[in-house]
Amino acid sequence: MTALRDAFLSAAVALGLFGPMVGLVTVSSDHGLFLRPRPIAVAVVVGLVFFGRLLMLTWRGRNRAEATRANRAFAERITRAGKYVTPVLLLAALALPFSGSRYYVDLGTLVLTYIMLGWGLNIVVGLAGLLDLGYVAFYAVGAYSYALLATTYDLGFWTCLPLAGILAGCAGVTLGFPVLRLRGDYLAIVTLGFGEIIRIVLNNWVSLTNGPNGITGIPRPTLFGLRFSMDGGEGTFAGFFNLEPATIQRVIFLYYVILGLALLTNWVSLRLRRMPLGRAWEALREDEVACRSLGINVRNTKLTAFGIGAMFGGFAGAFFATRQAFISPESFTFIESATVLAIVVLGGLGSQLGVALAAIVMVGGLEALRDFLSFLGDQMGSELFSGIASELPLYRMLIFGLALVVMMVLRPRGLVSGRTPGVSMTAPKEIDAELVAQGRS
Amino acid sequence: MLSVSGLTMRFGGLKAVDDLSFEASANDITAVIGPNGAGKTTVFNCITGFYRPTSGSIELTHADGRSFPLHRMPGHRIAARAKVARTFQNIRLFAGMTVLENLLVAQHNTLMAATGFGVMAVLGLGRYRAAEAAGIDKARFWLDAINLTARADDPAGALPYGAQRRLEIARAMCIDPVLLCLDEPAAGLNPRESEELNQLLLRIRDLGCSLLLIEHDMGVVMRISDHIVVLDHGKKISDGTPAEIRADPAVIAAYLGEGEEDEVPA
Repeated sequence: MTALRDAFLSAAVALGLFGPMVGLVTVSSDHGLFLRPRPIAVAVVVGLVFFGRLLMLTWRGRNRAEATRANRAFAERITRAGKYVTPVLLLAALALPFSGSRYYVDLGTLVLTYIMLGWGLNIVVGLAGLLDLGYVAFYAVGAYSYALLATTYDLGFWTCLPLAGILAGCAGVTLGFPVLRLRGDYLAIVTLGFGEIIRIVLNNWVSLTNGPNGITGIPRPTLFGLRFSMDGGEGTFAGFFNLEPATIQRVIFLYYVILGLALLTNWVSLRLRRMPLGRAWEALREDEVACRSLGINVRNTKLTAFGIGAMFGGFAGAFFATRQAFISPESFTFIESATVLAIVVLGGLGSQLGVALAAIVMVGGLEALRDFLSFLGDQMGSELFSGIASELPLYRMLIFGLALVVMMVLRPRGLVSGRTPGVSMTAPKEIDAELVAQGRS
Repeated sequence: MLSVSGLTMRFGGLKAVDDLSFEASANDITAVIGPNGAGKTTVFNCITGFYRPTSGSIELTHADGRSFPLHRMPGHRIAARAKVARTFQNIRLFAGMTVLENLLVAQHNTLMAATGFGVMAVLGLGRYRAAEAAGIDKARFWLDAINLTARADDPAGALPYGAQRRLEIARAMCIDPVLLCLDEPAAGLNPRESEELNQLLLRIRDLGCSLLLIEHDMGVVMRISDHIVVLDHGKKISDGTPAEIRADPAVIAAYLGEGEEDEVPA
């Protein structure tokens, strides 16, 4: 009975919240802007909340200990499944372009960009425990480095890629120097500020960056000197292999480039985790004071984490620039930092697989949902579904927030929590997430 | 080997340590005792570089004659170069890392040099493999010494309290210190555990490492110390062998309060 009352209460709150947000649409007509009410949509949402809450309460009504056990068993199952999920995901990633669908390859490229950013940020946040809210700054530095080097000095992508990474890494170290004395929340606020500073500088330094108009005509990458242009002549990919020139070739090539870059990020961070440097990062996250007492140079160790994380952000930025062929400061807003951080937190701090899964769900999942809804709308000829599908991007942040809240309630340490030690005497054992610090000392 | 002279540490208006001078000789266990708030931990923090003393000097001389001005060195160098290790009053282990990892983090500087500062080892080059094997051997030696070999792959945070205390000592020993500073190592241990601790500390001393010890457990202090320094209100009130300290009226007064007229001093 209390469950029913509780569910009613939740539904009432939902009505208050979603009534104006979902229930009213602005329609423009010849006579101006009109408000059109949508009672059915509100009813659907409120109904979902009501039954969702009811279900949740009944589920929770079971033995609490049993629920905890179920949660733990789930975690163990995920860990065990992780062994199989990784190769399956890798194979799927390698095989994706063979689907031949431009849409999927483009989506895959987007997801992989976020996976790479997530893995890069994971070094800073997940391993070293430094909460960085301005990661997009290094993404921007990488992108602008490549764009400016390529358009000014006529350098190719493969020459500029390492340069962009190094410049972003240097930016990371430079920004890191003053801020790394701070801890936890203070560090987060200052990095947030730096992220914004970089964007505002890019916006206003018109003589260098062309300001809000951005940089156009950024060259595309080449495959061992073969261009991907549409003329199909000498020195192009299509011409060399006697193929019909097609845009999809370039799209697929870009996809494999970002896949390679992402795997490089993963390989380096997995490798570093087993090295003294990676262990020192994790030790820093666990206890900075103890690190100092053991003779670890805390400042330099933090700087390496910041610098290496920034470098991978820079690589991803250079890729972003070459893929879009156009960049402007608008692409590097705080929301990008927040998205990447959300991916890292949702995936589970420090977990490579978790970050990949979270990026797939958060970036790819939403696209898939829209796809599915519009497909449903077409099939059933129902205006409701196609209507939702076309509006879904507007609710992106809402869904994001909802996912975060649900995760915090159900799995506060992320999808794949727990940590596998990098070195062991006998067999490595998974460490329960409860014991692992989150770097808020 | 450790010579503290004129050490003063002020926190605002409070003089936590006031013109303290004492010596700790090599291969000795020197205990620093005193009532709560006497400034013992502050002295430790000055020696290990966590505080910078307001005035005074702390000199450490190695057996080979090299001398280190600890009062001027940055914190991490004191452990890395001057080889002074410490443990903490409230245990500070890397709880989410395994016992073995805790011991390897302590050897960070040695291992890091072997990796060519990260670059070579990522590429799988260099002599890192051998260095890591040596590091694991050293860890195993200390795990055997503290009876934790069987739990090497368990997270440090899951160990019982007594084992965490021992592990913290082993971790400090992994930096190959010449001076080990222990801040209340016997706190919270049962009699059997503190007897084991005594044996461990004596063994560490016999391996050629000097010890500096803050302790409230007089059983531990009197049995194993070679030399005791007594602090009260930031000042040294006594200094000598355990037998001398036991007989010193100033120490008794500080611990039990000033003797009343009708009380017989113990």
